[in-house]
Amino acid sequence: MSFTTKVHSDDGVVTIRLTGELDSRSAPSLNEVIVEATAGTVRRLVLLAEDLTYMSSAGLRCLVFAHQKLGRGVDIVLVGATPEVAETISLTGFDRSLVMQDPVER
Amino acid sequence: MSRTPERLDAFPTHHIAGFGVRAGRPLPFGASRVPGGVNFSVYSAGATGMTLVLYRRDAVEPLAELDFPPEFVTGAVYSMTVFGIDAEAIEYGYRADGPFEPEAGHRFDRQQVLLDPYATLLHGRDSWGGQRRPLRSGIALDDFDWEDDRQLRLPSQDLVIYEAHVRGFTRHPSSKVGEPGTFAGLVEKIPYLKELGVNAIELMPVFEFDELDNDRLDPDRGEQLRNYWGYSTVGFFSPKAGLAATGRLGMQADEFKNMVKQLHRAGIEVILDVVFNHTAEGNELGPTLSFRGLDNSVYYMLTPDGYYYNFSGTGNTLNCNHPVVRGFVLDCLRHWASQFHVDGFRFDLAAILGRAPDGAPLPNPPLLESLAADPILRDCKLIAEAWDAGGLYQVGSFPNYHRFSEWNGKFRDTVRRFVKGDEGVAGELATRLLGSPDLYAGRAPTASVNFVTAHDGFTLHDLVSYNEKHNDANGEGNRDGDNDSASWNCGAEGETDDESVLALRARQLRNLLLLLLTSHGIPMMVAGDEFGRTQRGNNNAYCQDNDLSWVDWRLADTNADLLRFTRAAIAFRKAHPALRRASHPRGHQGTGWFPEVSWHGEQAWTPDWSAGRRLVAAMFYEHGPHGHDCVYLAANAHWDGRELELPGLPDGVAWHLFADTAQPDGNDVHQPGAEPQLTGDRIWVEPRSTVVLVAKQTDVEE
Repeated sequence: MSFTTKVHSDDGVVTIRLTGELDSRSAPSLNEVIVEATAGTVRRLVLLAEDLTYMSSAGLRCLVFAHQKLGRGVDIVLVGATPEVAETISLTGFDRSLVMQDPVER
Repeated sequence: MSRTPERLDAFPTHHIAGFGVRAGRPLPFGASRVPGGVNFSVYSAGATGMTLVLYRRDAVEPLAELDFPPEFVTGAVYSMTVFGIDAEAIEYGYRADGPFEPEAGHRFDRQQVLLDPYATLLHGRDSWGGQRRPLRSGIALDDFDWEDDRQLRLPSQDLVIYEAHVRGFTRHPSSKVGEPGTFAGLVEKIPYLKELGVNAIELMPVFEFDELDNDRLDPDRGEQLRNYWGYSTVGFFSPKAGLAATGRLGMQADEFKNMVKQLHRAGIEVILDVVFNHTAEGNELGPTLSFRGLDNSVYYMLTPDGYYYNFSGTGNTLNCNHPVVRGFVLDCLRHWASQFHVDGFRFDLAAILGRAPDGAPLPNPPLLESLAADPILRDCKLIAEAWDAGGLYQVGSFPNYHRFSEWNGKFRDTVRRFVKGDEGVAGELATRLLGSPDLYAGRAPTASVNFVTAHDGFTLHDLVSYNEKHNDANGEGNRDGDNDSASWNCGAEGETDDESVLALRARQLRNLLLLLLTSHGIPMMVAGDEFGRTQRGNNNAYCQDNDLSWVDWRLADTNADLLRFTRAAIAFRKAHPALRRASHPRGHQGTGWFPEVSWHGEQAWTPDWSAGRRLVAAMFYEHGPHGHDCVYLAANAHWDGRELELPGLPDGVAWHLFADTAQPDGNDVHQPGAEPQLTGDRIWVEPRSTVVLVAKQTDVEE
């Protein structure tokens, strides 16, 4: 299954909607999207993950990549991760790089 | 934005079996991600050819088999970069061509797909006890967000080691953790460890092993027993998937690293129990997994007619001092120290690490010398189990290079015998309390890892509850396990409701704990001993993957007083530098009140260690930057009580009571810093009890 992103930027808040499978094949493209989308001043990076069906070990590393790219002062919020993805993130300690939130009404 | 120019070696030069490849880099050994693909490197001195076998994850049949062309071979090393493969999505192995001539030491077999000795993941046992698939090598993503974590480098004399089995520690339902029996489960117990006060956790084997590798049956239920402990390594570079909640996702390395990071944040070091004396391949009847098929005569100690020496008691013996195997062991430990931030290693049956290829003990074993001097391992604690199953017993004589501490089996035996009341042990106990300067002259007390119990043998509770081992559940008719445990059941074998027996056991437990935690050297205790864990008399529970072995956390409530006692005894040790000496006592230092250690008895300054007395009274003294630190210990293993004269103290200082194991639960111990003052210059020590006092300023009257 393919992986796509949709970026929206508004007053220092960058929102990226993730769709499909995030694994070692798609992870480099997400890293590139993050680099481009956060080229300006960023206060907050929001990753919408409701439509993310799978996140592999390499996919999880995108979260750390974003964290290290943006520095400790920028919040990274992962919204609506599936229970399995959320659990994997916390068991391996990747949750310390970000804030996990339930989905909000669209 | 500038980009790094593409490398010349980022493109294939050959096509083999449908893949673009080129000659790889011999170093590092193993499989490593490189731009555009994966670099594979494996060595074999005796092979005549080598094939890389690739599989899709979980597939039965190979995806491709790639023979190494001659131009991809450097010396004995076969290396190839394969482009366009996804490290996460593949598994791999090797076929090695060569002669099958056992009498000459060669056991090559091209039919076998072998594990890479350097594989950073193994697939096939993705969850504990799960479906049995062929074991295959995998590639861990080795990047991790360590933030500012590094090895803690705690001074050795300050350590209190807690030995635990990752699965057994939280597998019991009473552990109440989200992911029982895993690295993640252990993380949830870090607050407990912190409150207990231990500052190093020694994990029983965590390198990939096969828990299903056990042919014996449970005699009652008929079910196959397991290799629960895991002293039978299959993958030396790979954390065991079945011990990780994320093993099914191949993320065991990440989960392990997170555990280390969280333990470090709590001030707790991580020591790994590593098994380099043998492998899981057994003798000539065992399975060919890796080493046997790659270079049998290099990796194993062989008899002149090609059979396996068995100094490990498990069928084979790793040929540790062969130059190639030395390099392998060193690479492995460097991997765990650098990639996983591990703080130290405990070497199982370490006497084997000092044997020559023909089995003879070496005076200056190159492997041990290399480990002792290695720059990456410099801050790692190195601890030897200084004996083996071939009769080599090196406690006190292990080639140590001032780096290796030893599991001090003599401490264990002496303390056990003294506390159970054996005659003529007092003098030896005095030596053991000081970090065994008889064994470790010219070295520090920290050469001695003191322990009364370890995973191997009775638990502390069982040591005071059973005279005999009860190992029937192991399926060997109670023939396995140690027959000379120096245990004493205090009047009834096993479970009892006899109040006097139970009271005596409670006292004996506390006597053992106090002697352990007031002795110079590095104390080690076993998980659960702090609240009376039982194995129901089984002293060899290697195959018991059930509630016989698992820590039952309900006992923390049932035996809350014992837990409180243990916590206080650990806190007391931390509060008193006189108990944590970095050097053996040297007598009176010219300044201060007392010699660094002095011996006492019914009369102060007059020890009596004659055979029938069963009494040791010691005063430990240290005059340092924080002032005077002075602790008095009296251990009476006799069935009669004794009145002892206490050493006099300077004006304004008096003896205060920290612990008296004869007092009922609740009064047996006082919080360090809040010890009540004693009146008079004598104390009564009850039968089979231990008293610990501390010299402090007298209470100021209002």
